[in-house]
Amino acid sequence: MMTAQDRIQTLVDEFELLDDWEERYRYVIELGRELEPLAESEHDESHRVHGCASQVWLVAEPSGAAPGALKFRGDSDAHIVRGLIAILLRLYNDLPAEQILDLDPRAVFTRIGLSEHLSSQRSNGVKAMTRRIQKEAGAAAESAV
Amino acid sequence: MSMTSGKEKNFDPLAFKSEFPIFERTIRDKPLVYLDSAASAQKPRAVIDAVTQAMEHSFANVHRGLHTMANETTEAFEGARAEVARFLNAPSADNIVFTRGTTEAINLVASSFGAELEAGDEIILSQMEHHSNIVPWHFLRERQGVVLKWVPVTEDGRIDMDAYAEAFSDRTKLVTMTHMSNVTGTRTDGEKIVSMAHDKGVPVLLDGSQSAVHGHVDVQALDVDFFAITGHKIYGPTGIGALYAKSEQLNRIRPYQGGGEMIAEVFEDRVVYADAPAKFEAGTPPIIDAIGLGAALKWLDTQDRDGMEAHERALLDKTMTGLAEFEDLRVIGTAQNKASIITFVMGKAHAHDAAQLLDRYGVAVRAGHHCAQPLMRRFDASSSVRASYAAYNTMDDVETFLDALRSVRGILM
Repeated sequence: MMTAQDRIQTLVDEFELLDDWEERYRYVIELGRELEPLAESEHDESHRVHGCASQVWLVAEPSGAAPGALKFRGDSDAHIVRGLIAILLRLYNDLPAEQILDLDPRAVFTRIGLSEHLSSQRSNGVKAMTRRIQKEAGAAAESAV
Repeated sequence: MSMTSGKEKNFDPLAFKSEFPIFERTIRDKPLVYLDSAASAQKPRAVIDAVTQAMEHSFANVHRGLHTMANETTEAFEGARAEVARFLNAPSADNIVFTRGTTEAINLVASSFGAELEAGDEIILSQMEHHSNIVPWHFLRERQGVVLKWVPVTEDGRIDMDAYAEAFSDRTKLVTMTHMSNVTGTRTDGEKIVSMAHDKGVPVLLDGSQSAVHGHVDVQALDVDFFAITGHKIYGPTGIGALYAKSEQLNRIRPYQGGGEMIAEVFEDRVVYADAPAKFEAGTPPIIDAIGLGAALKWLDTQDRDGMEAHERALLDKTMTGLAEFEDLRVIGTAQNKASIITFVMGKAHAHDAAQLLDRYGVAVRAGHHCAQPLMRRFDASSSVRASYAAYNTMDDVETFLDALRSVRGILM
């Protein structure tokens, strides 16, 4: 399994191949298109992530990759946000819960040229999504003890 | 549009724009194309200077001190009230209550006028109100059992006046409607709305947040009972707005908030209130913001407002023509009598995606439900993009916007 640092480096390398912001956004949208779709029934209130201007859903499940590890699936009605979810999932999926809690995605988004999604404006959802992922990880870590 | 004044006619958009220091800045090395003035307008030098002057040169609390600066500040503050009265053609400055904005002005009426309403009394409002002209009335529904009667909106974004005529009953106590939609830019027929209500003996509140920006308002010609405006959309500071009300209403309805300045005398067992407008202005008011608003209106009075309106119309027309070439793009609100506020849905592209990408091209627009969810539901659009122009926008801005939108479309669709 790739370590968190490897995952970050892979993302940074991929984004470095892209020439300008238009290319970066096209790529983000492309990553979003490749997300595994959520079931209709998973687009419900219990999976809704609040604090994003567009609608976001996140599903967390235990992963076989490591004890306490989680696998996430997610969706949004906005293309860019769906791409951001895809990036978050590449960072966090199958990581052990304590590593999820340690990984701060802000530096990653800055390094791949998407720092504008980190502002505290409510309309930007990365913060809310990260909080939700870490909350799920916190719960998983607790129940693993 | 007849405004008799000796003002210089010959509106020059670039000269007008040059009065706004903010346009010196760039967004990601691109000149700022600000198409979000319906949310809040940028500020001209005249307003910035007035606000600075108030703090640098002459500041004190108003209506309290007897010293020189207290007198000067009170003069400036009350001068601003007189400017608002002149701007709206109110009979007197005593008809003008300073508020934090339109929202507070409407909440004031809902609270003070609304206190007289009983369960089963009815309020008529339209489907295209801003939430600030919806939620205060929901309070009355929740707390007092007041009934809200909704007037639908036509396919092109006008108030359905036939349905309006039918909405009245012998329990109707108030009509509260927008004078211009913040989503569609549609001008409503204020005079007709008022006269039809007055025929039934019902008073009317008009929400002038947008209409005061894009044309002349004459509250006496409208014969309207309450008219609410906000400063920050008319090139003034945030945190200040005004409620115009007829004297008979202001004298009758109870105070809104209690505190200093709104009283004549206070005893242990009773209070004698001050006369309006002081009765409705508890506590230290937003003095500096009010002075800034006065400066904005005074400055606006030196501008060619008919020329501004014609320029805004040209911006609107050019944008509508440009958008018509986009396949699968739907403009919400296509009525003829429309100001330079354009809301649209572009195919399956999410409005937030479009707005974020437009921002990358230096174009600032609004995306979302525009604080008008009932209207968005009416048009089956959970989220849409709004481009809104003020007189400082140029034809080049329209070009930049349309070019950027074409690129955004290429990325998203």
